[in-house]
Amino acid sequence: MHIPDGYLGPQTYVTMFGIMAPIWIKASRVLNRTLKMSQVPLLALGAAFSFVIMMFNIPIPGGTTGHAVGGVILSILIGPWATLLVITIVLVIQALIFGDGGITAIGANCFNMGFILPFVGYYTYRLISGNSPLNSKRRIIAAGIGGYIGLNAAALFTAIELGLQPIISHTDKGVPLYSPYPLSITVPAMLGEHLILFGWVEAVVTMAAFAYLLKTNFIKEWEYA
Amino acid sequence: MHRLWKVIILLVILSPLGIIVPYLLNAGSAWGEWGPDEIKELIGYVPSGLEKLSDLGKPLFPDYNLKGWEEKPLTYQSIGYIVSGLVGILIVVGVTLLLGKVLSRR
Repeated sequence: MHIPDGYLGPQTYVTMFGIMAPIWIKASRVLNRTLKMSQVPLLALGAAFSFVIMMFNIPIPGGTTGHAVGGVILSILIGPWATLLVITIVLVIQALIFGDGGITAIGANCFNMGFILPFVGYYTYRLISGNSPLNSKRRIIAAGIGGYIGLNAAALFTAIELGLQPIISHTDKGVPLYSPYPLSITVPAMLGEHLILFGWVEAVVTMAAFAYLLKTNFIKEWEYA
Repeated sequence: MHRLWKVIILLVILSPLGIIVPYLLNAGSAWGEWGPDEIKELIGYVPSGLEKLSDLGKPLFPDYNLKGWEEKPLTYQSIGYIVSGLVGILIVVGVTLLLGKVLSRR
């Protein structure tokens, strides 16, 4: 889901930075107001977790690979705004040091994986869990569904951004300048593989981490869960 | 919280599974993350804008591996992967601690 350099034309990647700018500003305002110094090590742990979980590429045999992001369990633990900050940091380092995701695509990738994924996933989790007790089955299932929906929402936005490229940028003869596939290919391809496999991976990661944090009595201190 | 950091270290040690299993099951790049060569195989040409932008980044650890180890056997790549994981985690943890301290209430 890390869009590389060259897949998005300037109109799109500049727009995506433009969309992210107020979101990043809002995040820093919210965190400025709410984040306590004592919570900062937990954010660092979350960054490490998201970084390492993305290294576990899961294959579709003979096909493509994908991975979890860990964004939904992070949002349950530290809230969606802190998650946005953490995933932004991870994506910037991945782009600059490891060539995973483009530098020009940082705005788009942060929008998909840092904003859409944790916010959609978190509010899905909140909606389904309602007022159920923290250690109820319903909470764990809500976390799993949040993971599944969050990752798929991010995949859908990624597919739309890629699929718009042939419409936005092409030569006089209609040859695409950037990502070549139209929406009719990108959406089924991206969404299909995430609905079938990678969404479940995020769901399992979210549920397993949630259950582990509960069992180790870690999550109960947290206001976001 | 020590316990959770141990889990992270365990995950880093296990992380080469993230390249070994895809290799064994003959899986390629993630969808939409192909390099210019792979694109040419897929559609017969490399879009000109894509080609120009694609080598913009000069990553220190390309594809979570040590530079020059791209063609080495999977055992070496696994070591490169673990080293990359450790380096990456150190950096993201450092940056998060720094930004978190700046943003948090005193």
